[in-house]
Amino acid sequence: MTFSEKYKDEITDILSRYPVKRSALIPLLYVAQRDQGYVTESAMQEIAQLLRLTPPQVYETITFYTMFNLKPTGRFHLQVCKSLMCALVGSDTLFGWIHAKLGIGPGETTADGLFSLSAVECLAACGTGPMMQVNDDYYEQLTEDKLDRIVSDLRSTGTSPLKSGPFMWPEAVESADRPSS
Amino acid sequence: MPKHELILLKNMMQPGYTGSLSDYEKTGGYQALRKTLGKIAPADVTAMVRKSGLRGRGGAGFPTGVKWGFLPKDYQGPRYLCCNADESEPGTFKDRQLMERDPHQVLEGIVLSCYAIGAETAFIYIRGEMVLGSKILEHAIAEARAAGYIGKNILGTGIHADVWVHRGAGAYICGEETALLESLEGKRGLPRIKPPFPATHGLYNKPTVVNNVETLANLPHIMSRGPEWFAAIGSPPKSTGTRVFCVSGHVKRPGNYEVPMGVTVRELVYEHAGGMRSDQPIKAFIPGGASAPFLTPAHLDVKLDFEHVAAAGSMLGSGGVTVMEEGTSMVWAALRLMEFFYHESCGKCSPCREGSSWLVQTLRRILAKRGRMEDLETLLDLCKNIAGRTVCAFGDAEVAPIQSTLKYWRQEYVDLINEAEAANLIKLEPVGKG
Repeated sequence: MTFSEKYKDEITDILSRYPVKRSALIPLLYVAQRDQGYVTESAMQEIAQLLRLTPPQVYETITFYTMFNLKPTGRFHLQVCKSLMCALVGSDTLFGWIHAKLGIGPGETTADGLFSLSAVECLAACGTGPMMQVNDDYYEQLTEDKLDRIVSDLRSTGTSPLKSGPFMWPEAVESADRPSS
Repeated sequence: MPKHELILLKNMMQPGYTGSLSDYEKTGGYQALRKTLGKIAPADVTAMVRKSGLRGRGGAGFPTGVKWGFLPKDYQGPRYLCCNADESEPGTFKDRQLMERDPHQVLEGIVLSCYAIGAETAFIYIRGEMVLGSKILEHAIAEARAAGYIGKNILGTGIHADVWVHRGAGAYICGEETALLESLEGKRGLPRIKPPFPATHGLYNKPTVVNNVETLANLPHIMSRGPEWFAAIGSPPKSTGTRVFCVSGHVKRPGNYEVPMGVTVRELVYEHAGGMRSDQPIKAFIPGGASAPFLTPAHLDVKLDFEHVAAAGSMLGSGGVTVMEEGTSMVWAALRLMEFFYHESCGKCSPCREGSSWLVQTLRRILAKRGRMEDLETLLDLCKNIAGRTVCAFGDAEVAPIQSTLKYWRQEYVDLINEAEAANLIKLEPVGKG
């Protein structure tokens, strides 16, 4: 099944929000990334057709933004903030712990394909540093023990209760939870 | 601790407050909307906001009511409101809390703003990484739509305002309002040359207002308690209301503290944030996010309002206060921020695109004890040729860490270079000779 067939309803919903089609580009790229873990070339071509854009128009946009993966990454993408505010409270140490536990540095993926690590810039959680984002979730005020637990939770259950949130209506938000990006 | 009345953080500080519609309504939520829509003319709402003195909380501090007033009066086509929730300025994390903990306060502000400017569609441009925040907002929008606060014919007044969440995808520059519009149009987030301004040629070339989350969250309170009340808070006449200051760095209790504008950094750090984490003295602080020049302990009693911080040589910016203790290397700190700007330069203007790379390389060299004394002049020369020579304010922002650390802590640079020369690590002829 093609991308546009598989997500027909969601695509229609997204398109209905914008008076100009091209605005739906980033939202549709997110749908594609959720589907495969990265945005495939065929998805890009389909999206170009849907929005009546040329493939280069899609490509020039996707390459501007850091959150789109153009190739497969590990199942859990650890994105550790390295900006000044987190660095003041120990983000460099965090990289050291991750390297000791998983044997990967920024830009690398574990051999089993489970964990990828990236050093990223500020994620707007400077009051709760050091912190990282794993796929969609924030993990804040990290310590070595916490990191241990998160890694073992991710390995065993695919998620960890140590993530930030949800802050309101847990049931409602969770049930409406479309796994994204 | 001096007690200040909380306005924006008041609800979420109540034990058990979830931010749901019913919780928000119990605190008087959406009463401002009921009181305003169809009962006060849009032009009068704009006049009230102007009178309150509310200024943008995103960074530039432009008076909100004045910004609204720039929209063409007689334009017949659609107009748009964009809520700037791209919060990406290092040191800033207030909008995230406002959206995640009390989303309806932001939504009520958005609908009030739509009403004032005549927009029937609003987009919340939230930074892509804030997945949780976007889900919470979408859920809150659905609640508000079902209750008749958002959508068609709001509360039976015949007024329409639809609100959509649009996620960015990881680009600091998209917090710049014209880059935000480009991004929302599905393009690379490159800032536009101004004029024309978004007020006349904004989203899809239509009249558009871009307001920050915290700015919008103030609106329900201004409408329910009156502009005079708001204008008396803080540091009138030019810096009215409260600010949610984001305190980070070497303090005991980092976090968001809402205080009237005009309190000092000393109060913020020692009375609210619990003082310094290892009781070391403060060496340096940034008063308004990464784009604001560093200040020194001599500035601890500067009032945190737009005018006083500017007079001290920095800017209030986004309200991100980062505090560094004695012992922090200022060259290292400047480099960390410079690496951020280098990573985030959008590449449109060559002074910024190339200059940020040269600045990072030069700083790295100095920090690695391979610097030369001429490097200091090179740094300042580069800064001079970046600031003011770019399409957007990014160019001015990126030189702030270097210019200010060189101004106050030049000796640290000199010491590193002297060490390099003493260690005889590198011998180079001066640039441009031989």
